[in-house]
Amino acid sequence: MTHLPFIAGSYAATLLAIAAFGLGARQRLRRATIRLAALDRRAAARR
Amino acid sequence: MDLSIAAASPPRRSLHRFANPGQFLRLAARLQPWLTWPGLLLTAVGLAWGLFYAPADWQQGDAVRIMYVHVPAAWLASAGYVGLAAASFAALVWRHPLADLAAAEISPVGAGVTALCLITGSLWGRPMWGAYWVWDARLTSMLLLFFLYLGHVALVRAFDDPVRGARSAAILALVGAIDLPIIKYSVTWWNTLHQPASITLTGAPTMSMSMLWPLFIAALGFTLGFGAIVLARTRSAVMERRLRGLMLAAAERSQPSASRG
Repeated sequence: MTHLPFIAGSYAATLLAIAAFGLGARQRLRRATIRLAALDRRAAARR
Repeated sequence: MDLSIAAASPPRRSLHRFANPGQFLRLAARLQPWLTWPGLLLTAVGLAWGLFYAPADWQQGDAVRIMYVHVPAAWLASAGYVGLAAASFAALVWRHPLADLAAAEISPVGAGVTALCLITGSLWGRPMWGAYWVWDARLTSMLLLFFLYLGHVALVRAFDDPVRGARSAAILALVGAIDLPIIKYSVTWWNTLHQPASITLTGAPTMSMSMLWPLFIAALGFTLGFGAIVLARTRSAVMERRLRGLMLAAAERSQPSASRG
C-alpha cells in the first residue's frame, strides 16, 4: 500500500487551513483598519 | 499633579493596563510581525524538513511524515484550549474587557486546528491501523474537544445580549477544561490503539533527534502562527467594536433631528 496519497492529503489539508485562517485574519484586519481610519477622519473633519 | 487620580489608577503591572483598546492596539501592532514572520518561516522549514529530509520510520515507512503536521496540530488544539480557558477565567473573575473578545477569537481557530488534528490523524490511521477512525480513548476525547470548541463558537453567538453569550461560553470553556487531562492521560489510563507519548517532561524522547528537530521546529512555527492569527483576529474585533460604538453614537446624534423632521 502506497502512503503517498495520505501524506499528500495531510500536507494539503494543513496548507489549506493555514491559508484560510491566515488570509481570512489578514483581510478582516485590513477591512477593519480601513473602515476605522475612514470613520476617524470623518469625525475629525466634523470637529 | 492630581494625586486622587493617580491613586485610583490600577497598578502599572496589572493586566488591566491592556484593557485600554488604544494601548492594546498599539502593543499588538508592534507584536504582530514578530509572531507572523517567524511563525511562517519556522512552519515552512519544519514541514519541508519533515517531508523531504527527515528519515522514514523503520516500521511505519514514509507515513511517519504525517507526524510533522499531526503532532503540532494536536499540541495546539490542547494549548489553544488552555488559552481559551485562561481568557474565560479572566473574563469571569476580573471582567477584563478584552478577555471576552480574545476568547471569542481563539475558539474558531482552535476548532480549525482540532479539525486538522482529527483529519491528519485519520489519514495517518488508515495506512497504519487499516481504519480512518476507531472509538479509541485518545481519538474520542479529541473529538470531544472539537465539539467543545464548536459549542463555544455557537454560545458566543447564541444570545442577543453579547455579555450573556460571552458569560455562558466562558462557563462552558472552564467546565470543558476537564477534557484536557483526559486527552493527555488517555493513552496511559486506557489500553488504546493510539501510541503513547514519545516526548515527556521526565524521560528522554523515544524518537531519533533527526525526527525530533523538524517536529520541534514545526511545532514552534505552528504555535507562533496560531498566536499571530488569534492576535490579528482580536485586533480586528477591538476595531470592529470601536466602529460599532462610533456608528451608534452617530446614529444617536442624528436621531433627534430626524424625529423633528
